Amino acid sequence: MARRNYFAPPSLSLRWIAVWRRNALVWQKLAIPSILGNLADPLIMLFGLGYGLGAMVGQMQGTSYFAFLAAGFVATSSMYAATFEALYSAFSRMHVQRTWEAIVNAPVTLDDVLAGEYAWAATKALSAGACMLIIVAAFGYAQFPHGLAALPVILLIGLAFSGMGLAINALARGYDFFSYYMTLVLTPMMMLSGVFFPLEQMPAAVQAGAKVLPLYHGVALVRPLLSGQMPPALLLHVCVLAAYAAGGFYLATVLTRRRLLK
Amino acid sequence: MRGLRKSFGDLEVVGGVDLEVASGECFGLLGPNGAGKTTTLKLCLGLADPDAGEIELLGEPVPRRAREARARVGVVPQFDSLDPDFTVAENLLVFGRYFGISQREMASRIPALLEFAGLSARGEARINTLSGGMKRRLTLARALVNDPQLIVMDEPTTGLDPQARHLIWERLRQLTQQGKTLVLTTHFMEEAERLCQRLAIMDHGRIIAQGSPRSLIAEHTERQVVEVHGPGVEDWMAQAKRLAPRVERVGDTVFCYAEDVASILKDLSAKSDLTYLHRAASLEDVFLKLTGRDLRD
Repeated sequence: MARRNYFAPPSLSLRWIAVWRRNALVWQKLAIPSILGNLADPLIMLFGLGYGLGAMVGQMQGTSYFAFLAAGFVATSSMYAATFEALYSAFSRMHVQRTWEAIVNAPVTLDDVLAGEYAWAATKALSAGACMLIIVAAFGYAQFPHGLAALPVILLIGLAFSGMGLAINALARGYDFFSYYMTLVLTPMMMLSGVFFPLEQMPAAVQAGAKVLPLYHGVALVRPLLSGQMPPALLLHVCVLAAYAAGGFYLATVLTRRRLLK
Repeated sequence: MRGLRKSFGDLEVVGGVDLEVASGECFGLLGPNGAGKTTTLKLCLGLADPDAGEIELLGEPVPRRAREARARVGVVPQFDSLDPDFTVAENLLVFGRYFGISQREMASRIPALLEFAGLSARGEARINTLSGGMKRRLTLARALVNDPQLIVMDEPTTGLDPQARHLIWERLRQLTQQGKTLVLTTHFMEEAERLCQRLAIMDHGRIIAQGSPRSLIAEHTERQVVEVHGPGVEDWMAQAKRLAPRVERVGDTVFCYAEDVASILKDLSAKSDLTYLHRAASLEDVFLKLTGRDLRD
């Protein structure tokens, strides 16, 4: 009997939907505090920096600093929502509550469980990003109908960071491990992806390096869309995000199988 | 399963296991901690891949068609994995979805499952308000959501008090009467003796004995046991070895195993510095004889 190949492509069934619905049912019970929790931090940052710093900076790339920052924060809120769900919440279900262990006793494979978690984290990212978008729009910093096209971009950013987060989750021994990823990967990424200031401020080498980061491509799509323009190099940005989404999920599948299917 | 093997690195956890469980029987897998019981069950459910050997679960080859086989199996895992975010009834509902059972269908099944678990009044209770015994019964009810043919249980009563344990045993007997096949691991000999028609004793990844509880006792140990302890036990050892075919000393206690213990009892009745207990040999004696008395941690 040959050993399972950890690198085999994910074998999925529609049972992943049951996993997604499990998480959705839990969330229904805590929806309001959860939304507030997801939004409070970016909103405080946005309004603090947008009005405070914005008064000094004035215009940035032809728009108000607040509008510039708002677009960056819509993308970033999706990144953080997906990441929190794929790290802390998924780790609770995988390791602490043994929820995954119970589920795989049913006719659901580990790949299905991961697909459900992946889709769920992206759903939370979409809802967090959409809430940000609504608030930003309410203050008049989003143009429609282009602004609506930001929604699929928010989802794609969510999928990219869900996949990456689940891969990190598969390597974690405890919650502490996640702070390395948050501080050493996500925080620098936020600085280098044109959220607070245009990347052109940076040395050429840093700019080149930053262009491999998924958040950079997310911001590059969301910002023009919110100001009512079609993003230049649209296809390139979408392809990079899609590659992160697919690659991240595949990596998460391989690493989680290695961790749990011993 | 035939010729089943599984190693983690250099450690062979399952080393050539052959087992067959007949439909409708209650089969017990006994063994000390670390004997390979849990790994054997995981292999059988297709949740880990064997290094060698063949497995068939309800007619399906495993791990290739493990998902299809698991659709007809219920599992009670060793560790509590109930969903703390849900109520008792929601735990059942959500678990049913993993089998593709619709909300409406589950709504009609839940009352009977709650009654089976003795939790009819607690459907809306949160998991953290339940006692250990209630949680275990709910886990058992959860394993029945798909009306399985086979129920696999990993230490179903570990950590429960006697009342809770007896209630679980009673429920398991009900399931056997309904014609379900039960496979359980345990290290409670009493549990195995009461519930199982057939047992296998496992140690160091191998099956070292197999049969009905009664035949295992008859085959592997003398019929009677006298346990002796007291200040004079040191001096009495030599005498014990003359009177009983098999004598074991554990700390301050001497175990004498024999078919006929009349001469031992007669000898002991004259010794005022020794206390003794005379009893029939049990499965525990077989277990200790076959797996030794060393601690397993």
